[in-house]
Amino acid sequence: MSEKAKEHRYESGLAVVQSGKVSDPGIEPHRVRMTDKSEKLERTANRQVAALFIASAVGSAFSIFAYFAFPITSDLGTVRSNTLWLGFGITLGLLGIGIGAVHWAKTLMPDAEVYEPRHQSRSSEENRAAAIEIIKLADQESGFTRRKLIRRSLYTALAMFPLPAIFFFGGLGPNPADTLRHTMWRKGTRLAKDPYGTPIKASEVTEGSVFHVIPEGLQDLTDTKLEEKAKAAVLLVRVDPSVLKPIAGRENWSYDGIVAYSKICTHVGCPVALYEQQTHHLLCPCHQSTFDLTDGCKVLFGPASRPLPQLPITVDAEGYLIAQSDFHEPVGPSFWDRSAN
Amino acid sequence: MANQATAKKPGFLAERANFLDERVGVAGILKEFGRKIFPDHWSFMLGEVAMYSFLVLLISGTFLTFFFQPAMTDVIYNGVYGPLKGAEMSIAYKSTLDISFEVRGGLLMRQVHHWSALLFVASAGLHMLRVFFTGAFRKPREINWVVGFLLFVMGMAGGFTGYSLPDDLLSGNGLRIIDGMIKGVPVIGAYVSSLLFGGQFPGHAIVARLYSLHIMIVPALIIVLLAVHLFMVVIHKHTHYSGAGKKDNNVVGYPLAPVYVAKAGGFFFIVFGVIMLISATFTINPVWNYGGYDPSPVSAGTQPDWYIGWLDGALRLAPSHLEAGWFGFSWSWNILLPLIISLVFLFVVGAYPFLEKWVTGDEREHHVLDRPRNAPVRTAIGAAGVTFYAVLWAGASTDLIATNFKMSLNTVLTFMQISLIVLPIVAFWATKRTALSLQRKDREIALHGRETGRIVRMPHGEYIEVHEPVDKYELYKLTAFESFAPTLARPNEDGKITVKARMRAALSKFYFEDRVTPATQLEIDASHGHHDEQKAIEAKPAKKVATKKPAAKKSAAKPAAKKTASKTATKSAKAPAKKPAAKKAAPKK
Repeated sequence: MSEKAKEHRYESGLAVVQSGKVSDPGIEPHRVRMTDKSEKLERTANRQVAALFIASAVGSAFSIFAYFAFPITSDLGTVRSNTLWLGFGITLGLLGIGIGAVHWAKTLMPDAEVYEPRHQSRSSEENRAAAIEIIKLADQESGFTRRKLIRRSLYTALAMFPLPAIFFFGGLGPNPADTLRHTMWRKGTRLAKDPYGTPIKASEVTEGSVFHVIPEGLQDLTDTKLEEKAKAAVLLVRVDPSVLKPIAGRENWSYDGIVAYSKICTHVGCPVALYEQQTHHLLCPCHQSTFDLTDGCKVLFGPASRPLPQLPITVDAEGYLIAQSDFHEPVGPSFWDRSAN
Repeated sequence: MANQATAKKPGFLAERANFLDERVGVAGILKEFGRKIFPDHWSFMLGEVAMYSFLVLLISGTFLTFFFQPAMTDVIYNGVYGPLKGAEMSIAYKSTLDISFEVRGGLLMRQVHHWSALLFVASAGLHMLRVFFTGAFRKPREINWVVGFLLFVMGMAGGFTGYSLPDDLLSGNGLRIIDGMIKGVPVIGAYVSSLLFGGQFPGHAIVARLYSLHIMIVPALIIVLLAVHLFMVVIHKHTHYSGAGKKDNNVVGYPLAPVYVAKAGGFFFIVFGVIMLISATFTINPVWNYGGYDPSPVSAGTQPDWYIGWLDGALRLAPSHLEAGWFGFSWSWNILLPLIISLVFLFVVGAYPFLEKWVTGDEREHHVLDRPRNAPVRTAIGAAGVTFYAVLWAGASTDLIATNFKMSLNTVLTFMQISLIVLPIVAFWATKRTALSLQRKDREIALHGRETGRIVRMPHGEYIEVHEPVDKYELYKLTAFESFAPTLARPNEDGKITVKARMRAALSKFYFEDRVTPATQLEIDASHGHHDEQKAIEAKPAKKVATKKPAAKKSAAKPAAKKTASKTATKSAKAPAKKPAAKKAAPKK
């Protein structure tokens, strides 16, 4: 006790190796279980385990019975009973085995803790030396270190050989080119109701009402319908014209208090589908970006950075709402060279 | 009769065993592994739950592949589910509906698959926490920590790719978010998105591509990683908790055959059974309610599966107006910042063992687990990490919290943003203090024994509470840990103190400045002397400390001990019986 323990050793890092530690009394003596002491209890446990296994067999058999007894018909209620009774049967089949086996182990198999030695992960000095010998020999025989030309050309070859894969994967998709910059909207495209594609008259749009809008003709597309919809979806709202604060240059983009904004969030592209009538706020349900409809849809709150792009609209001779042009900027989430052109 | 028959001729099983042994030498394998010792503790089952959930995923997933069609071609639904009759949808979504409504046991299997996926990631995460808080990742298990970490990440990947397959409204929106995030990546974003989706979002390729990943690449990687993970467990042998008889050079527990074959084998059936019970009774992911994917509608209050929640929360918590237009390009910091923070968080988790080893400089192998309180700063770092993750996770539910508790969404979000920074610090501090207090309490108990609640008045009027010394096994458990001391920045061979050395010293101070050293035998002996004095006054003969008791008294106490022991039959002979013995002995004298 008198000698002070060394504060630092290389092996133990900063650990303080204390002197006079409490000595290890060894593994705690085994506590005898009830089933070890009483033959009656042992027999009980024995029967319990067997009962659980039998219950399991019954459960499995029941699930086969349930498969036929509860078929799925055109009545949707049968889906529920099929799922439930099949599931119950299999559950019993599984839990019976599981609980039975664990109960067996815990009550009837020996439960005295035993130990075995554990060895260091590090190989013995002999093995380490032998391994080094093998590597040296292999190097010597192949001349891997000696033959620089071979070695370096091999490195080059190995570095090159996966490269074709990168080009192969280039075929996964086309260059996006300017697809992100344009939507289906053209000058004169009628605004139509989502999802049926009926055109909307300005007179139908009462103050405070919201229309989920697609360009007319979208429904007739076959292959690219969803792709076009993912860009062209618009939210149409009529508000009191006096509350609108149009941005300079966009005074005539709305029609009598009717404004149309891209429905695709400028954050990560969810549909900004919620309109709050009292405040004229648009809310994206995915990440709660909030836009002020009366003020050019600028961001009030949430992770989005840019206002929703506005679709310039007017009415045609028949009174239907039409687009004046495509959006004047790319819709949806930002991408690297978005502001180019 | 049967015995005689088997004695003469080897039985059926013996013959098969012989067949196998002569071809692949199974006897040697069995000899090596059959009686391998595994330590026992409930927390060691968490990893088992993960492994078994994965097996259940393989079984249920295989069933689903027989019916699921990963194609995005449009069809008109004409199945049994009325509300969607006549709706346009992809084949993938239609086949999901068909599995649910037209295949017997199909819905059950879908639910088994989804529930076990949730359980797989959950139990893997809890298993990681167990490993972290007990320091099981220390040498030689650093690599296995990394492998386990990758398994956790692959679990999330498997979950997400699977979630996206039914091509319903929710999963499509999940992909839309992924598309938006990818597009935000500088320079290559738009190209990568086009490569992934085979053109414009959503395209017609993504479901089939995710399907390849989901049923081949991801499970193959999980199987390989799992094999490596288990192989290393066999090489290292399992860790055991600190306690009497448990050392770095032994492994204490029960043998594989028969105890663990029964326990672990049985446990697989229990895990499977519980998943089955949940799946039979609780609906998960009712895709028929949402409809097929359409980029226009979305329902409010949608949530990702739980393990993606923290990433979604990270996106939500980004402040407004972060995007920058530097040099004429879009820098979407509102996406990049959450992405970077999430990746850094994952990186720190994956690399933690190496960080801690660098600080402690500990080169020894560790097979005895730390009690979390005995590594206060590590435990506190873990608590801070869990809190950070939890706030991000809660962040994915800001809208639901706001609507359910009738609060302002803005307030909830601002609160989360502040919490993300403040709460981990609070958690760190509180956990560290709690751990240190628990260590002090351990020390107190080791030195002075447990409080018995018995108040005794001394002759001179002082009241004291009688403390009862703990038995030697408990005493060892309370004192068997190492304390680490902070190191100073030391000059290297050239006599210079490098920046690295300074950093290391600073970190080591951060880790080990506040510490409690374990009680030594010397201190315990000294304090017991003091105790005996108190007790002698309290009730003269009632000394319970075996070490210093005169032999005569010991023998006097023994018979009493036996009497009570026989009454309470469960108690083992020695240690626990001392308590009543002492009480009985007291009035005798």
